[in-house]
Amino acid sequence: MVLNEQDRELIAAIQGGLPLVAKPYAAIAAQLGLTEDEVLTRLETLQTAGLIKRMGVVVKHRALGYRANAMVVWDIPADEVERIGALLADEACVTLCYQRPRRLPAWGYNLFCMIHGRARDSVLRRLEQIVACHGLEKFPHTVLFSSRSFKQRGAHYVETDSRQKHLRRSHG
Amino acid sequence: MDSIDASIVNRMQEGLPVCPRPFDDVAATLGLSVDELLSRLQRLLDDKVLTRFGPMFNAENMGGALSLCAMQVPVNRYEQVTAEVNAFPEVAHNYERDHLLNMWFVLATEHPEQAGVVIRQIEQKTGCQVYDMPKQEEFYIGLKLAV
Repeated sequence: MVLNEQDRELIAAIQGGLPLVAKPYAAIAAQLGLTEDEVLTRLETLQTAGLIKRMGVVVKHRALGYRANAMVVWDIPADEVERIGALLADEACVTLCYQRPRRLPAWGYNLFCMIHGRARDSVLRRLEQIVACHGLEKFPHTVLFSSRSFKQRGAHYVETDSRQKHLRRSHG
Repeated sequence: MDSIDASIVNRMQEGLPVCPRPFDDVAATLGLSVDELLSRLQRLLDDKVLTRFGPMFNAENMGGALSLCAMQVPVNRYEQVTAEVNAFPEVAHNYERDHLLNMWFVLATEHPEQAGVVIRQIEQKTGCQVYDMPKQEEFYIGLKLAV
């Protein structure tokens, strides 16, 4: 679907978060000069079209005590990546699982999964169990822990800056 | 953070309905008043346990693009390069990781063709090569982060 100007204004108004009040959509409607029904109907359309996955929260793993954030990367042959991606994604401790391109020679891994845990040693133990349980020893893999997190925010999809808006229009 | 907060975090991850009073059902399920739920949510946001309550977008369906990028940043310039990279509004997350490629960030752009432009700007600004690894396939994960 193509976003119209009203959709863009609506998305710009909610992408940073909804107000924490009993009737948040009424508050957004008042801000945009729409009715609550118009806001709800449009959001349902955006959700049905798959642009919005859900209305929810983003949890910061670190603040919850999940301090070990491991990116486990694998070098898996093309004909196996589908099967192994699916079985990794099924593991309870895996929170993301993606196939990505290799960047040779600097980077030879094509399957990425995130494992969050409270400590590095428990994450590594869990990974050992996963490797043993599924017979993944033959596939090269490595673990990249994060030492520091510098920026964590939701992506913004609509520029709210008027200059950017103008540029976008002028580009058609 | 107590057990009620933990239940709120777990329940909220499932998402809320798009309806006039979206918090009512959650509050009822948890045995809280809406006011108490909202004040606890506000505290979880203030404490930065949660980042925001709002829409979770599907970047591709929005017409935009998300890519994971990595750079090999000289250790003695790490702080400076971090500041330079984070100054780009398209950079959504940035982690230091223990590997030769030691800086990993997510680039979110409104249009796919902007990603290449921003990557070249980051390379020019930092003098470091950016390895761009957009996702080719996402393997489905349920919501299962139990607090």
